[in-house]
Amino acid sequence: MKLLGKRAPVAPLEYTRRWSMRIWVGLVLLFLYTPLITLVAFSFNDSRRNIVWRGFTTKYYEKALHNSSLMEALTNSITIAALATVVSVVLGALAAVLLWRFRFPTKAGWEGAMALPIVVPEICMGVAMLAFFARLDLPQDLPWPFDLSQITIAHITFCFPFVAMVVRSRLASFNREEEEAAKDLGASEWQAFRDVLLPHMKPGLIAGALLAFTLSLDDFVITFFTSGPNTVTFPVKVYSMVRFSVTPEVNAASALVIALTVLLTTIALKLQSRMGTIAQGH
Amino acid sequence: MSDKTPIISIRNVTKRFKGAPSAAVDDVSLDIMPGEFFVLLGPSGCGKTTLLRMIAGFEIPTSGQILIDGQDMADVPPNKRPVNMVFQSYAVFPHMTVAQNVGYGLKIAGIGADEIRSRVAEALELVKLDGLDARMPDQLSGGQRQRVALARSLVMRPKVLLLDEPLSALDAKLRAQMQFELADLQDKVGITFITVTHDQDEALSMAGRIAVMNKGDVAQLAAPADLYEYPANRFVADFVGSVNIFEGKLTLDEPDKAAVDCPGLGKVWLNHGVTGAHGSNVWVALRPEKIYLHVPGEGKAVRAAAEDAPEGHNFARGQIKGMSYLGDITLYEIQLDCGAMIRVSRPNLSRHDQEDFTWDDRVSMHWRADSPVVLLS
Amino acid sequence: MEDWKRSRALFAAVATAPLTWLTLFFIIPMGVIWLYSFGTNAGLTEIEISGTLANYKKALEPLYLGIFAKSLVVAGITTAICLVVGFPVALAIVFASDKWKPWLLLGIMLPFWTNLLIRTYALMAVLRTEGYANQAIGWLHDRFGGLLTLVGLPAPGAYEPLHLLYNNFAVVLGLVYVHLPFMVLPLYAALDRLDRSLIEASLDLGAGHLRTLLLIVAPLAAPGIISGIIITFVPALGAYLTPDLLGGTDSQMIANVIERQFKRANNWPFGAALSFLLMYATFIAIAIQALKAKQAEKRR
Repeated sequence: MKLLGKRAPVAPLEYTRRWSMRIWVGLVLLFLYTPLITLVAFSFNDSRRNIVWRGFTTKYYEKALHNSSLMEALTNSITIAALATVVSVVLGALAAVLLWRFRFPTKAGWEGAMALPIVVPEICMGVAMLAFFARLDLPQDLPWPFDLSQITIAHITFCFPFVAMVVRSRLASFNREEEEAAKDLGASEWQAFRDVLLPHMKPGLIAGALLAFTLSLDDFVITFFTSGPNTVTFPVKVYSMVRFSVTPEVNAASALVIALTVLLTTIALKLQSRMGTIAQGH
Repeated sequence: MSDKTPIISIRNVTKRFKGAPSAAVDDVSLDIMPGEFFVLLGPSGCGKTTLLRMIAGFEIPTSGQILIDGQDMADVPPNKRPVNMVFQSYAVFPHMTVAQNVGYGLKIAGIGADEIRSRVAEALELVKLDGLDARMPDQLSGGQRQRVALARSLVMRPKVLLLDEPLSALDAKLRAQMQFELADLQDKVGITFITVTHDQDEALSMAGRIAVMNKGDVAQLAAPADLYEYPANRFVADFVGSVNIFEGKLTLDEPDKAAVDCPGLGKVWLNHGVTGAHGSNVWVALRPEKIYLHVPGEGKAVRAAAEDAPEGHNFARGQIKGMSYLGDITLYEIQLDCGAMIRVSRPNLSRHDQEDFTWDDRVSMHWRADSPVVLLS
Repeated sequence: MEDWKRSRALFAAVATAPLTWLTLFFIIPMGVIWLYSFGTNAGLTEIEISGTLANYKKALEPLYLGIFAKSLVVAGITTAICLVVGFPVALAIVFASDKWKPWLLLGIMLPFWTNLLIRTYALMAVLRTEGYANQAIGWLHDRFGGLLTLVGLPAPGAYEPLHLLYNNFAVVLGLVYVHLPFMVLPLYAALDRLDRSLIEASLDLGAGHLRTLLLIVAPLAAPGIISGIIITFVPALGAYLTPDLLGGTDSQMIANVIERQFKRANNWPFGAALSFLLMYATFIAIAIQALKAKQAEKRR
């Protein structure tokens, strides 16, 4: 490419080709990524104080992977996220179909209540969960994974309205005539649902599931209020470690979670673009 | 017109979009005269809209020059150009009233409120929207929104008004009416209009001159009647109106007569000379309405054919394979005896004309020696 | 849409699970905390619902009112910075070429999907006294400080690390860092829906880019701008982790005070009252948004 010399002139609406805009976007991306990239980079740094580069090492990954409490926390987090995702997708899909399909008394109220977990500050929901479970006074020393049930219930409660929202916006593009056509051709209510409505909902369900999984994995505040001393999730563990000292193991474990996020996002985008091309192909 | 200087001069303009295999506009040169109603006609993707947008300043030519009133527009942004545009979507600002929309450009130009009011009123009257100034765009019909867009541009008194597919979003009846109105309006305000359209009827009915574009090139530049009757190439002949095209060999070429031997159609005689080398490959274009249809053996046909062409020329036989009755005319698809298909249209001059021929009838055809057009490309 | 009476069995099958769950695990817990906010501590773990308004009265004392005001100001500043920083980014993504657009979107979305705690932690590592930011500034200081003498200024002394962490600056920076994608995405969605020919029409009629932005783009993208503001403001107002980890002793926000009542001070009724005040503030913000969105909808 020509570095010097006259560049092709910029058309009026090509805002992205203006240098000022490019520098701005570049700075913003730098701001967003510098912390993350340095964190990942220095997780390979062979130095405890991890300030100065002292050579490449993977020993902190080994340490992190052998740190049983850290790994336990990570296992807990992923278990909770998986459970919460499955239940949230079912509940969210039902809620979406309910609000999309039926007219019933008190509907507006339920619609509002369903949106509340999305908008209520996390801290409020966290303390509400804390008070609620304290009131219930459930036994504390259940075997794994039943000791995670409080956290999982709390996570499902704030995840499924998100799933409902995503699936409902997908349902909005459903052509009711397709379902009527299925019934016209002899399908029962259930068959029409399974063969026509469910396939249409699928991208929404997948997007909702990914959203629920990430939200659950990401949550700190609500978990912080619902976790007992023996049920530590990854964010809660990292939080307590960060409070005391910054160790390279935390860097390594964080880098692993970042890698997991990148992987999940890539899968989500791949799925989405495939759905996109399928939708366009039809 | 030759003594005037062009209001818009397009000189060797090329536009290549990044990643596109070929140029959207390929070395186009055009002069547009003041007061003209100029139409850029072509199929979608031919580069006509790109050319218009380059005049407006929304696209920058890859190479070449655009002059407006003698001034090079290379470094002039759209908001400083003495042209205004009516967008295909009309682009009426949805959050402003009709009056605010029409007055927008004047307000930007820093013109006083009183003058804005009077000029807006004047412009709205011109497009027959008086009394609707307080309406919001969503309270207007499609046709009214278009008039707002027109008034909004006209009120700026531009040197040139650019119209991008101005009628494409209107229904057929309204479109026909607006064709007349636009031409009338242009006459009244005297501003140069440049219109882009893919609709040949629209172009033929409104334009003073038409540039037919194909794949980034100007295929022909001519007045409407010339374009229809004397197309310069197969693309124009086919794009403007309906046409039958047959390939053939030029067997006779003299200043006052010419003959082409078409394997698909027979011998075609012309009562004028053509430019082409003897024996070269050419195409004959014959419009459906210029072909006479007869019951075979009717002596009239042979006689009429013989009047202006030698025996055995400009005459064909076939069988009707398809028919569609359109009310004013009837279209026939006829399979010629040599196998090729030809389309013929016939005006229904009386109520029972469409009953003259029906499916599978044997028919004979003839055409006058000044009807076919010989195309070299 | 059909009436529930037409197919009761189907309705029951669809409605029972989500509505029960929502009632049991959301409405009831919220109700419990709401009742607590009118209660008093009766014992170590007992709370008596006495219908007292003392908790709310206490929440309106200058100390807590000050923290509320401060939370609002911090959330407001965060939102304003996010809007100013995010708007050009959203605009750039909308008008990026097809090749670049998905990558830019991904660039904005990836931090959005990354664990909040990890992001906050990463920012801490950059901002610490011995962190990368200070190191970079220190390096520049040592390297180019000498240049000052060339222009006649006194040579600077040894580099004093800046205190970038554990103060209000860090809290705002952290909140902007965390919430910037929240702002960019709705802005992008709103700007992307905008008919480009409207912008072109404005330019065509003589307006420059700035005036087009103010007179055409901003009013038409208003619903998106408002929802971006709310989507940034609401979580910033209730932020717990960022002020907790990045803030100093004077950067407590309302969520930190609530947490303290529940986890340390053990004054649940007061904490409940505070969290309901925070919730009311959130609802007011959302109600304003809904109202504005409706107005904008009407104008279209």
